[in-house]
Formats: sequence, C-alpha cells, structure tokens
Amino acid sequence: MVEMVNRPYASAFEAYAVKHPDVLCLSADLTSSCEIDGFRDRHPDQFLSLGMAEQNMMSFAGGLGLAGYRPFLHSFGVFLYRRPYDQLMASVAYPRRKVRLMGFLPGITTPGGMTHQAIEDVAVMRSIPNMSILETGDATEVESICEAADSIDGPVYCRVLRGSVPRLFDSPIKVGEMRELSAGADVLVVTSGIATEEALRARDALSKAGVSIRHLHIHTIKPFNEQALLDHIGSVSKGVVVLENHVITGGVGSLVAEIMADNGVGKPLVRLGLNDTYAHGGSRGYLMKHYGLDAGALVRGIERIIGASTGIDEEALASARVEAVHSAVKAEAL
Amino acid sequence: MRNKRSTEDVAMGIRRRVFEHSMRNNGGYLSQACSAAEQLAFLYNEALNLGEPTLPAVPRPFAGVPSADNPDYVTGAGYNGPFEPQYDRLFIAPAHYALVAYATLIETGRMDAEGLEMFNKDGSSVEMIGAEHSPGMEVHNGTLGIGLSTGAGLAFGRKRRGDTGQVCVFMSDGEVQEGQTWEAVQAAAHHGIDNLWALMDVNDQQCDGAMDSVMEVRDIATKFRAFGAVCVEIDAHDLDAMRQARQEPHEGQPLIILARSSPTQGMSFLQKRFPRLHYVRFKSEDERAEMNVAIATELGIDPIELEAH
Repeated sequence: MVEMVNRPYASAFEAYAVKHPDVLCLSADLTSSCEIDGFRDRHPDQFLSLGMAEQNMMSFAGGLGLAGYRPFLHSFGVFLYRRPYDQLMASVAYPRRKVRLMGFLPGITTPGGMTHQAIEDVAVMRSIPNMSILETGDATEVESICEAADSIDGPVYCRVLRGSVPRLFDSPIKVGEMRELSAGADVLVVTSGIATEEALRARDALSKAGVSIRHLHIHTIKPFNEQALLDHIGSVSKGVVVLENHVITGGVGSLVAEIMADNGVGKPLVRLGLNDTYAHGGSRGYLMKHYGLDAGALVRGIERIIGASTGIDEEALASARVEAVHSAVKAEAL
Repeated sequence: MRNKRSTEDVAMGIRRRVFEHSMRNNGGYLSQACSAAEQLAFLYNEALNLGEPTLPAVPRPFAGVPSADNPDYVTGAGYNGPFEPQYDRLFIAPAHYALVAYATLIETGRMDAEGLEMFNKDGSSVEMIGAEHSPGMEVHNGTLGIGLSTGAGLAFGRKRRGDTGQVCVFMSDGEVQEGQTWEAVQAAAHHGIDNLWALMDVNDQQCDGAMDSVMEVRDIATKFRAFGAVCVEIDAHDLDAMRQARQEPHEGQPLIILARSSPTQGMSFLQKRFPRLHYVRFKSEDERAEMNVAIATELGIDPIELEAH
C-alpha cells in the first residue's frame, strides 16, 4: 500500500524556515489552506499576513527582496499570477528578486472551478524571463520544495500539493534534473505533478500488454535539461506522450514539442491535458476522467502512438492502482 | 553635497533645465516640472539622507536587463547614494517624471548636465520613462501604483534589520485611482511601517486631462487617513510648509504628504494648454517661438536658441 503523507508542506516549510531567518512567510488570507497556520501560530515574528490584496503582496515581496529577504508567498496558484501579473513582472521577475511563489491547488486539484483552478500557470510562468518553475508530484517532492526553491538565484513559481499526498519517490528534488521512472524502448511518457501517479497506475497494465514504456517525471520545468530529454526520445522507437495537469498549450507538452521541433526530431508526439478548455468544479477523480487527464486517457494516447489497441480497460487500471504506485518507490533506483 | 544651494534655487534650476530641454526637443514633460520642482528639490537637497553617488556622473550606456547572464547589472540607485543601512532610499513612483528627476540629479550635483543629452536616445540608460537602470531610479515604477507597495516591503525589511535609513516614495495623485495604492496603505498601517513616507504631487492631472473629468477620486486626504496613514495637505510650492509637514509625527503609521500643486507653476503660458498638460508638444513653429519667449521671460532667462526644424 502506498504511503500517504498528511500535510507534508506544513512540517517541511516550518523545518526549513526556522533554520533560515531571512526566509519570511507571507500569506494572503489562505493561511490554513496553504498549511502554514501552525507556522503562523508558532513563529509569528517570521509570518506576515498581507490580507486579500495580492497586488500589494507581490510588490511588497519585491521590496522585501530588495532588503535582502527571501519571502515565500503562499496562496492558491491562480492568485499568484492572474490578478497580480503586472506586479509579478515589474516588482519580482524583472529585478530577479528571490521571491518564492508557493502556488497551491495546481490545475484541477481543487473543486473550486475556474476561479480557483490554475490551468495555464505553467504557460504564463514559462514565458516570463528570469522565472523558474518547479512542480511537486509526491510527498517527498513537497517535503523538498522549500530547499529546492530557495536554492534558486531569482524568482521561482512552485506548484505545491497539499493535504494527503502519496509518497512515490525517496529522493528530494534536484533542481534542473528529471526522474527516470522506467527505461523502456517503445514509447516515452513524460508526466509532471499528479499526472505521474496516473501514469504509474497504467504501468503494470501496459507491461502486460507488451508495451515497453520509458517514463520521465518532470519536477523542474524551467530551467529544463533539453539534452537529457532528447537522449530519452532517442531511446524509444515509436514516439512521445505527455500528460499534464494543465492546458496542453504552453505547458510541459508544449515544452517537449518545442524541443523536438527545434532539434528536428521527427517522432510522433501526443499532448494530453486540458485541450483548450476550462474545467468546472468537481472532485479530482471526476475531473481527471472527465477531461482526459487520467491513466485511461494516457493509455489511449499511447495507443495513438503505437497504432494499435492495448486491450487495457478501466477495470485493469483500477485494479493496478495500489501495487503500481507502490512499485514506483523501487522504480526510483532505475 | 547637500545645501550648497538653496532648495528654492534648485527648484528654479529644475524648471529652467526641463524647459530648455523641452524647447530643444520639441516637447516634453513640462507641467511635471511646474508641479513637482519644489518637491524633488526638497527631497534631494534637504529632506533625504543620501550618500555620495556611487555611479559615474556621466551615465553609462544601457548595459542590458537583469538576467542570470548579466552579472554586472546595476540599477540607477547609485545616483541616490550607496545602499547602506543609515541612508534613505527614494522611489520615483511616477516614472514619467524622469525628465524632472534627471534635472534634479543635475541641479544637486549627482549627474553631469551631459546626462540629459542622452535623454530618450537609443542605447541610453537615461530613458524617457525612468527604468530601473536609469539614473536615480531604484526599481521599476512605470506601471503606476506599484511604488508604495514596494516601498512598504523595503521599509518593513529595513525596520526588521534595524536599519536607520527611511524609505521615501515620491508619488503622483493619479496613482490613487489604482486599487493597489490603497492595498499598500492598509498593509503599511496594519504592520506599523512608520519608516515609510510619501510625498505626493497632487496636480489634479492625468494623461487624459483633469482628473475630475477622467475619474473623480474625491477627498483623498480623508481616504488616506481612513486607510491608516497620517496625512498632511500642503501647498506644493511652499517649502516651509513642506518642511513642517515632514516633521509631522507618524509613529506606527506611514506619513503621506499631499502637495497640492499647480501644473503650470512658473510657466503660466501653459495655462493656455489646460487641461491637456501631460505631455506638451508644440502645435506650430510660431507657437514654439511664442512659448519660448514667454516662459523664458517668466523663468528669468534668455529664450532658448533653437535649431531650425
């Protein structure tokens, strides 16, 4: 049974921040929602409540950066770039302030609907000069996100998972690298965030169906190790499938497409994610199935690449779930 | 380098210099010099504790934007002195006042007059809308409304470190139409940020014309007080009133000085252009010549020698 970790960010942030006095904890009225309520209560001197006023918070953070502090801004991802985009550009990204944007509820991980779902955040952030982007896909990555983000010489946006998070990996994020979860020869599967757990669900079924999968998990979206990706693409015979908790324009799928096009890689690519659509409010499982972000959608994408049916149905994926995720810990050693 | 000249004299120098530059360059931000000359002269010549400039008197050319590949990047803050705990910092929030701010740097001996010759020239750092790398500019403020928030963050950080230097934001009244200004005041008040003060040029003007015709902002002094600032209203051309306002106690709160100004102060001829004063261009050579004589006379100088156009 896969280990589920409860509120990994809460303890990880506290452990990191207390050791680094120049780290400040900023919140915009979503303190318990971002799991920093305990930190607020125990370390009030290192915590700043800035209220429901994200534009001010962003420029204020730029000023704190100028004073030599490294503010960690906590809010839902959407509120860290949609409303305060101008401030993000002028006060944070341009001057390369060491501001750490901790964006919770990435993509469809919230039932809050359009206003709460950061579905184009990676596209927006990728286009901002000086910006780095990290995304967490399991509890170990959430536990290591603070140190990873704070190692970056400039601003960084992080997609952070909250609540009960599965532990898939046993090593921390190493900024600039990617995780190779399997080393097959037919199809390269590239996933990030919660999409990785979905890909792992399909793993045994695909193996039984005789499809050899090479699987990469991406935690560092920018900067990106282009050559490593090209080497992996060169190691598969059929093509590439990307699955992400994001719109398919501008995210990891686009990143892979750009690298393939820039380098004249003539293999088929299937990008899976929200296809030029908003989502609506609902449970994560429902939304992933409804919008084609789940293991089943990935299998269909792989079938498009190999040009054949795998015979894998929903039942096979459901029964594969627990064990497949568990085996991902071992896959780490690959 | 402070107080070599009287602040009144510096203010007159700012108006003359901006006038001369605008005549030669067929237009400019003239009315901002009219309204803000005393304010910027006051800040640089007596109110702020600024160290000696750390950057060359003749500005270096544009040397690239901040990036990981540009390790030698510097902002224009060095013209306001070294970034040390005891010194004040100044943000020019309305970045389109850059011409007036550059003229102030020259009048207070922080930049050579040659610097203004580079104004708005391709490849120059002396940009028309003050950028972070422009002389005297410390952060990007071209997008109006972000200056006070940034100043509040810097002031909070400096106070936390125990720095004695204060943070001053020179603002313009158009910025009160932006919601962020009010977010900044409430945050500064909530966190007791009292090493922060602002001097606002209240000239009732904005790009489209008189503010009342564009968007009424009503009684901003009452609004600032309601949001938690100490607010003092003065005549922007009365330096003694400005000095007194700066002394207003504001423990636990930011201080905001509303300097009610005339956008044609010292250049009465510009009243003919009211209310379109944001950027003054000449409609004809005749008008340019007429303005040259009239304003030069009011400023007590000879008309500017103009090149034929």
